[in-house]
Amino acid sequence: MKNRLKVLRAERSWSQQDLADRLEVSRQSVNAIETGKYDPSLPLAFRIAETFAMSIEEIFTKD
Amino acid sequence: MVCTSNQQAQRAYLKRMGISMAVYIAALFTGEYLLSRDLVDGPVVWLLGLLPGLAIVGAFYAIAKLITETRDEFIRMLIVRQTLVATGFALSLATIWGFLENFELVPHVDAYWVAILWFLGFGIGAVSNRITYGAWGQLR
Repeated sequence: MKNRLKVLRAERSWSQQDLADRLEVSRQSVNAIETGKYDPSLPLAFRIAETFAMSIEEIFTKD
Repeated sequence: MVCTSNQQAQRAYLKRMGISMAVYIAALFTGEYLLSRDLVDGPVVWLLGLLPGLAIVGAFYAIAKLITETRDEFIRMLIVRQTLVATGFALSLATIWGFLENFELVPHVDAYWVAILWFLGFGIGAVSNRITYGAWGQLR
């Protein structure tokens, strides 16, 4: 699964830690999702979408 | 205990692990001291023999609780992965050694070494996590 997390984060000048704090997860989690090493669960994907005020499909796409 | 953050889960884990290790060391030294001087016999020997093992069971319980109390799903997945590597590693070596021992090719090894192998496997699992996912998981 691909995602636009890094771009969306950069647009808001958020560090990985900033986003991790907003999502209440570790910085390692944000890094793993961003680099495509880990696909988040549906509940976490919804939290990410809410944080960026977007839909899941606008952030995550199939390979 | 209901943990509201990963830090709380970590603190609870370290506390449980610390208590288990303290009981383990105390039980081991007390048992060795009393048995080597023939100061105890009967059911007390059973109790002394059980205590170190039960303390290690406490360490396994601490890891199990860490898994259930860690809210960060990625970190939780890493710890679960570590326990799978640890279990596979320990059981594989124990099984292979058991058959070799059966054929009288290797000397007898005490069964508690399986637990030591498991914790070694837990460390190998952390290295595997680091290589595969870029994060260690649980190191302590």
